[in-house]
Amino acid sequence: MRRFTWFNATSLTLGFAFLYLPMVILIVYSFNDSKLVTVWAGFSTKWYGTLLQNEAFLDAAWVTLQVAVISSTIATVLGTMAAYVLVRAGRFAGRTLFSGMIYAPLVMPEVITGLSLLLLFIGIGLDRGVLTIILAHTTFSMCYVSVVVSSRLVSFDRSLEEAALDLGCTAMEAFRLVTLPIIAPAVISGWLLAFTLSLDDLVIASFTAGPSATTLPIKIWSSIRLGVSPEINALSTLLIAIVAVGVITASLITKRAALRQEAEERAAERA
Amino acid sequence: MRRVALIAVPYLWLLALFLVPFIIVLKISLSDYALSIPPYSPTLDLTTGWEGIKSFFGSLDFENFTFLTTDDLYWKAYLSSVKIAVIATFCTLLVGYPIAYGMANAPDHWRPTLMMLVILPFWTSFLIRVYSWMGILSTEGYLNQLLIGMGLISEPLMILNTNTAVYIGIVYTYLPFMILPIYSTLERMDASLLEAAEDLGCSRMQAFWLVTFPLSRNGIIAGCFLVFIPTIGEFVIPALLGGSDTLMIGKVLWEEFFNNRDWPVASAVAVILLLILIVPIILFQRNEQKQREAEE
Repeated sequence: MRRFTWFNATSLTLGFAFLYLPMVILIVYSFNDSKLVTVWAGFSTKWYGTLLQNEAFLDAAWVTLQVAVISSTIATVLGTMAAYVLVRAGRFAGRTLFSGMIYAPLVMPEVITGLSLLLLFIGIGLDRGVLTIILAHTTFSMCYVSVVVSSRLVSFDRSLEEAALDLGCTAMEAFRLVTLPIIAPAVISGWLLAFTLSLDDLVIASFTAGPSATTLPIKIWSSIRLGVSPEINALSTLLIAIVAVGVITASLITKRAALRQEAEERAAERA
Repeated sequence: MRRVALIAVPYLWLLALFLVPFIIVLKISLSDYALSIPPYSPTLDLTTGWEGIKSFFGSLDFENFTFLTTDDLYWKAYLSSVKIAVIATFCTLLVGYPIAYGMANAPDHWRPTLMMLVILPFWTSFLIRVYSWMGILSTEGYLNQLLIGMGLISEPLMILNTNTAVYIGIVYTYLPFMILPIYSTLERMDASLLEAAEDLGCSRMQAFWLVTFPLSRNGIIAGCFLVFIPTIGEFVIPALLGGSDTLMIGKVLWEEFFNNRDWPVASAVAVILLLILIVPIILFQRNEQKQREAEE
């Protein structure tokens, strides 16, 4: 059994203070009554009020949400297919290029991805707007999905699929009834990853969004360039709260599922 | 048949939206700046047939690349990006290692929680995490208020809009990328090796430097690449926290494209940035490959 030594406890405390204090300060000052962000003038929720009346932010939030839901869903389908191809399809012409194109976007600087997609959209005469942001986000997030899903596919026992095929399933049925339920946790976390990547993206969206569609990060970007403002603090707090609630709920659900499985296994052993 | 469709759909998507755009960047980097829409020439005109294709390729040249070497802004920006990325990666390692070490040696039931605390910032907006430092580091910011309040300084320090702020921002936002790979190598380490070292007369400190540290090498290398590679092309952090003298190539590319509207030069900047990144990316993949083989 390991115990905390004073050294480990100190480095963990300092490390987590460094990671979380900036966000805590931001949250605390979002409830500041003063217009000046650095001077505390009493508790108030007025910035949340003005935020919720700010239509530019609400519109941008709505566009961002639409883009994130649609692009992460398409990215999950394409990414799962790509993972399946990488792990199961064996040799085919252009396989090296294919796996290269899956891994390259993960390390490609965002400015280059954004620039190249914009030049493509202009080249084919596609007007920039919600559609072009969706296409761009789908492309880079499908690569993340396929990395997450393929790591699960590699560790998965292929004979289960073969058994299903022997028992008369078609390839599609075997995938739907056997493979998909087993890789489901990876597919879901791939979707969530794609979703948050899309919500968060500023650089690629700036290149691919036209004047007709602005996402929340672009909106936040243009207002924080003017300096720190209590309204942005309130908006940031809301976003942090949504993520924290989401992640904590998800981890509680998986923890409970793991506990239940453990209990079932123990019961089965006893029986 | 179904196999072909399964391969073709993601393949064609990536070809059309990843490879083709990149070829376009390469092509435009060889074109000339022009006052038109789109702002470069030549454009490929297939209606004139073979003559059109010939004149198209005939007028592509390396002028933009020669231009990049003549204006010292660009090569200074490349050098300074590499320098900032190296220093920032080293600082991230210094901050991240003790945290990873503390996590790997924490009681078993604590580890999942600590792990989640490291991952949680991944899911919160990058932009907001950078923004949160603007309020801390500005001259009227919380850090200066605290230091003046404690009587350590009498004049506020100028931190925001300097390279120091950029380093703080990079260490802060990329810290999880450093902690996680180091943690995973330290966690797998066999504790009996340390006992053996101590039995053989090592002090705690010697055992760390002679046993633990070399064994975590792979995690350190992976973490350093994971911080270094994206930092080189970073745009948000230098734009928000850096000053006018902070030169990073991502920012230069952005300004070249959006402010100067010189698309051919922006494309040439992008091509060279990629050439610089190819070396660390290949080294990173080799390291990952070796690790995978070692595990098998």
